[in-house]
Amino acid sequence: MNDKIFELLNQPLIVINLGLNKFAEALESQKVDVIHVDWKPPAGGDKEMIDLLDNLL
Amino acid sequence: MKNGFLIRKNQYYDSVFLMGFNSRIMGTKGVQQSAVLMATDTNKEVLVNLGFHSADFQTATPNDLIIAVIADTQSVLNELFANVDHSLTEVRGTKTVSNLHSLSEALEAKPAANLTVISVPGEFAAYEAKKSLEAGVNVFLFSDNVPVEDEISLKKYAYEHGLLVMGPDCGTSLLQGIGIGFANSVRKGNIGAIAAAGTGLQEFTCMVHNQGYGISHAIGAGGRDLSDAVIGLTTLSALDILDQDSKTDVIAIIAKLPGEKSLGLLIEKIKQCRTPVIGCFLGIRNSIDGEEVIFKRAKTIDEAVFLAIRQIDKERSTSPEPMPPLPLKSGYTPQRWLPEQRYLRGIFAGGTFCYQSQEILNKMGIDINSNAPLDKHLKLQHPDFSKEHTIVDMGDDFYTIGKPHPMIDSTQRKLRILKEANDPQVAILLLDFILGYNSSEDPVGKLVDSIQAAQKIFNKRGGHLTVVASICGTDGDSQDITMQTKLLNEAGVVVFNSNAQATEYCGNLINGGLRR
Repeated sequence: MNDKIFELLNQPLIVINLGLNKFAEALESQKVDVIHVDWKPPAGGDKEMIDLLDNLL
Repeated sequence: MKNGFLIRKNQYYDSVFLMGFNSRIMGTKGVQQSAVLMATDTNKEVLVNLGFHSADFQTATPNDLIIAVIADTQSVLNELFANVDHSLTEVRGTKTVSNLHSLSEALEAKPAANLTVISVPGEFAAYEAKKSLEAGVNVFLFSDNVPVEDEISLKKYAYEHGLLVMGPDCGTSLLQGIGIGFANSVRKGNIGAIAAAGTGLQEFTCMVHNQGYGISHAIGAGGRDLSDAVIGLTTLSALDILDQDSKTDVIAIIAKLPGEKSLGLLIEKIKQCRTPVIGCFLGIRNSIDGEEVIFKRAKTIDEAVFLAIRQIDKERSTSPEPMPPLPLKSGYTPQRWLPEQRYLRGIFAGGTFCYQSQEILNKMGIDINSNAPLDKHLKLQHPDFSKEHTIVDMGDDFYTIGKPHPMIDSTQRKLRILKEANDPQVAILLLDFILGYNSSEDPVGKLVDSIQAAQKIFNKRGGHLTVVASICGTDGDSQDITMQTKLLNEAGVVVFNSNAQATEYCGNLINGGLRR
């Protein structure tokens, strides 16, 4: 099994937060290394465009 | 009555911010109704249901903010809209805005990241989760309304690449003592846990803490993980890593209505574990192959806590003492019910509590109707309309699409409590209060006025409303569990520190006093 999954249990958590800012604040209050993303729907929320981008990834 | 709306192009806000801003508008004199939403297709439908015309916001995109208001006069609307930008700035406060605008930018900024927490609207969540997994980063997916096909595809990818996807619709995890999503302040210890979604895991971890023990890791797998479509891919991975974890001496699995195939795969996996396993499978009435041989079976979350503690502390052979009902206000007697008062109404924020309460009451011979029923014959025709004994899961998708969860925003629970109070057949109101990170800062305070208003309605009729509640929380939670309990006691509410105990108390009231 990949080491990445074990990092969750054994290494300091390093978190990227996408969405509710409150979640990042709660992690910060627990002294977690976290960065918050000022997220907006990708491709202006156009689902067809998202699917196209998704296929390109 | 006048209605009007305003669109702010390219101003995206999260649902908690929108809730705060909407509360502010609703508090304006002369405002009857308001909705502050991002212009997704689902939210546009909400506006149409409020009486707005879809043509007016046809061109708005999910990046655009819509503020729709119904007010007494045009001048109220004019004044409100003239001050919108100023009000938005005020609600936003002095918080620093992140200069990162996408997951890719964040991955560049934090190349050593090992977890992405995603709580964006469900329709975009799988896209972001996939990007995170492809970058080799585990995912905690809080978002709900993610299509099941996307869930399967994400979890298969994660399983094949040695990564973990907690969710979608995953409310809670506690990793290395750190609470993610809706979690409580719980001490570290040697009991591990895996649960489908949120409140079951919160209840288990809080009870372990409140008994003086601690949690190594508690992993949320997502509400659908143990369905036969998803076949428990996250639960199986979580069991693997907890079994190999040197800090975990016993593992408790809490699940509601696991699919037959998933349960079979899980039992096979448990057989291979070296660590003892406790299984609490709510909604499974028959015996399970291997129970009491390869795993110990618990009927309730409380029993799972007891069995887990007994496993690590052999001296604790007696059942943990249930918390006795706290002293009641003088004058409380169930005999004050009127003859027409016959039914229980449970208005819950916690989905697992909804299942557990139904199961306990069912075993006591009491059929419960629900929007999330254990028995499909007892499904409410419409979630908004209770029938006889009813328990409603207010965290169900029906109530949360485009709106914050009832653990954050109590508005919908408040309205439902008052609605139930207008039914003279109600005798008992059963509630749950959930403390912890990211929950409402004052869950009891937000509902106590409506509890008291409901009690007054019954008093006026010459009857009595019995209110019973459970509080899920610890002494470390910021909401102050002692103060929350005191507030309920002062309102004449019978308070327990577990949903199972509160439910059993209600069952005894029904069997002892209401069956007449």
